[in-house]
Amino acid sequence: MPEQINLAKLIFGRLTWDAIPLHEPILLLTFAMVAFGGVTVLGALTYFKLWTPLWRDWITSIDHKRIGIMYIVLGLVMMLRGFADALMMRAQQAMAFGDSTGFLPPHHYDQVFTAHGVIMIFFVAMPLVNGLMNYVVPLQIGARDVSFPFLNNLSFWFTAFGSFLVMASLFVGEFARTGWLAYPPLAGILASPDVGVDYYIWSLQIAGVGTLLSGVNLIATIIKMRAPGMTMMKMPVFVWTALCTNVLIVAAFPVLTAVLAMLSMDRTLGTNFFTSDMGGNAMMYVNLIWIWGHPEVYILVLPAFGVFSEVVPTFCNKRIFGYTSMVYASVVITILAYLVWLHHFFTMGSGASVNSFFGITTMIISIPTGAKIFNWLFTMYRGRIRFELPMMWTIAFMITFVIGGMTGVLLAVPPADFVVHNSLFLIAHFHNVIIGGVVFGMFAGINFWFPKAFGYKLDTFWGKCSFWFWVIGFYAAFMPLYVLGLMGVTRRLSHFDDPSLQIWFIIAAFGAFLILLGIGSFVIQLIVSFKNREALRDTTGDPWGGRSLEWSTSSPPPDYNFAFTPHVHNRDAWTDMKNNKFVRPITGFVKIHMPKNTPAGFIIAAFSFAVGFALIWQMWLLATIGFVAMIAVIIIHTFNYNRDYYISADDVVRTENARTYLLNSHV
Amino acid sequence: MSEITSSAPAMDVGDSSRFYVLEHHPENSTLLGFWLYLMSDCLVFACLFAAYAVLGRNYAGGPSGAELFELPVVALNTALLLFSSITYGFAMLEMQHQQRTKTLIWLAITGLLGACFIGLELTEFIHLIHDGAGPQRSGFLTAFFTLVGTHGLHVSFGIIWLITLMFQLGRHGFTPENTRRLMCLSMFWHFLDVVWIGVFTFVYLMGVLP
Repeated sequence: MPEQINLAKLIFGRLTWDAIPLHEPILLLTFAMVAFGGVTVLGALTYFKLWTPLWRDWITSIDHKRIGIMYIVLGLVMMLRGFADALMMRAQQAMAFGDSTGFLPPHHYDQVFTAHGVIMIFFVAMPLVNGLMNYVVPLQIGARDVSFPFLNNLSFWFTAFGSFLVMASLFVGEFARTGWLAYPPLAGILASPDVGVDYYIWSLQIAGVGTLLSGVNLIATIIKMRAPGMTMMKMPVFVWTALCTNVLIVAAFPVLTAVLAMLSMDRTLGTNFFTSDMGGNAMMYVNLIWIWGHPEVYILVLPAFGVFSEVVPTFCNKRIFGYTSMVYASVVITILAYLVWLHHFFTMGSGASVNSFFGITTMIISIPTGAKIFNWLFTMYRGRIRFELPMMWTIAFMITFVIGGMTGVLLAVPPADFVVHNSLFLIAHFHNVIIGGVVFGMFAGINFWFPKAFGYKLDTFWGKCSFWFWVIGFYAAFMPLYVLGLMGVTRRLSHFDDPSLQIWFIIAAFGAFLILLGIGSFVIQLIVSFKNREALRDTTGDPWGGRSLEWSTSSPPPDYNFAFTPHVHNRDAWTDMKNNKFVRPITGFVKIHMPKNTPAGFIIAAFSFAVGFALIWQMWLLATIGFVAMIAVIIIHTFNYNRDYYISADDVVRTENARTYLLNSHV
Repeated sequence: MSEITSSAPAMDVGDSSRFYVLEHHPENSTLLGFWLYLMSDCLVFACLFAAYAVLGRNYAGGPSGAELFELPVVALNTALLLFSSITYGFAMLEMQHQQRTKTLIWLAITGLLGACFIGLELTEFIHLIHDGAGPQRSGFLTAFFTLVGTHGLHVSFGIIWLITLMFQLGRHGFTPENTRRLMCLSMFWHFLDVVWIGVFTFVYLMGVLP
């Protein structure tokens, strides 16, 4: 060690000009586009003088509705990035045969498939799911906000800054080349000495803490904040699935935190958790990461099940069939989610008995899931089905998810898994359940609750375009992968020798192109709906003939959600109110106690970004300063005792009178 | 239970009044939320314990627990931490009696005991590293340092929190917020005690077994 402290090393760590990928034309082009887009957005914000409202009403907001919307915006924006990766992979695999090497070198291709997986799970699916839960759950239980509104804001910003860190890896340094779960020893320091895996670790670590905190928050909210009369068995099914999901989050994400911490210690401090020598055990990583990873897929899909359980009864004008079995099925799935993790590595030599146990538990999970499918079908049976967009997505889900579920049961048989493990069959299977389940569910949910959140419905024509492009595109993109997988093609390959395979990859690439049209149609749907918002306006607050409490308030709901807290007497609380000729109270309003906005969450999360970035590049000075600053902000925040205010009765009267006027003017 | 002011039957709304309440103040959920957080933290420790269970005998030719651990020191350390839980309990009792000064004194004693615990642990760590038995030496030592060190980090943050809370208590007294925070820290502190009993038994006592 040199005598004098190497100041530059202390400040900049491993970061040098070489880390900026000036030699990669694709990245330069991307950077140019992102920079152009960024400058445009910043310019527009300045031109329209939106900085203050953005800061005041959104960034510092602790209103669960605004945070929910921000989550969904984050998820949709990141979907564009994740999908760009998908398109690149499909294009590469469709052309890289024989002498053609395609346009992505292996070094880059490996980053692309890793980033695609990480982004789609952590920064698309999780924010979308979290956003819907955040927006809908407090409204459905008749609450004015979540239990810990400030924590909610902090959780969102942790997630957002985690995604910023992934995006930063695009232009400063590189991302992991290890696949989305970064198994050691490949992810160890010997095989991956560069910063890619560190970007992976710290972006997930930061986002993971955010998710964990939001899980705690929503459990407490559902347990403690329900409107009077709403017993557990009177909660809407979506609230039940949200509860199960958040229990899974709180029980699974600490494992992710721990295992990523161990991996980063191995990489940074030279410890021996997962190393191949000195007493490390790489299989321990695989076990731990899947003890988190398997519950994670149920974390994603349970809220989607909840969405369908709201959509089906609404658009069939019937109570949900088998409410109790629906609840028990969700709870059983929650428990079983912890007992199946080993099916992700049947081939790693656990022995026949262990494999059988996990194979059987995996197959058992299809029983509660099947019960749910039948419940939805029986709800539709003899219902007056309205084929609005959310219902269309639901039907597409039921068909697609059943196919994905069946291939899942197939993979649950260990001997069958030995044949197709790590193949494109597996890729087709999990895209089948994640796109068919989670993504379709989120589109159903977005189409369903959009009028609640913004006060106008989404355009039907472009919605249908989006729907059909997505559904057909999905089948075209992934059914060929089942075929290829059965023929023995393994995953994560950037080049193929056998020209007879090419036609399947071309079909798959065409499918991906159709999905691109689906995403494009969705964007157009948003724009067209915004332009026609007066024609699409929902003046009633109940555009679909809804059944739960969120439809009893205005669209969009006032800051305080409900002028008077509802009193629940029936499972379908709002239907019950409508059946009993409920008349909305128009006098007697009182002041309402509400939490105040605060910038602390944003600042703390921003420091966590700085700490993460510094740790990735081993800038110890910046890391220390950032960490101390973060703790300092947290402590300073605890000295703020003045955290709430009252919305005066006059303001409530004004808001409610406006709604009365709106309701009367559109009879 | 939650506090509800039920709606008086008003004339103009008739039967609808049974569908809403005039005022509703849900019970504060901080203690439940904090308890949930503790359980998630417990799972972090569970992972570290599991890692120790897997790696705890992988000495890689290096020293074993039987050769390294000095049980008298660990016993002293354990006693310090357990006593700090008792003194925290005394602080909570004084809080019940609204005795601010006495609460502060007991909290200070708790913090001092915690600081002594951390000091002893650090001495042990430095000693081990000095003897070439650092966390990089073997899987066993990696798991040992991480498990014990994570517990120590928790205690350190507990001390920082305790000091912050003493300032806040001194400034604002027993407001509902401060009482709630003291109860949260109490749960945190006792939780760390329980974890330490696991560490003491599982790592140290079982570690010196042949």
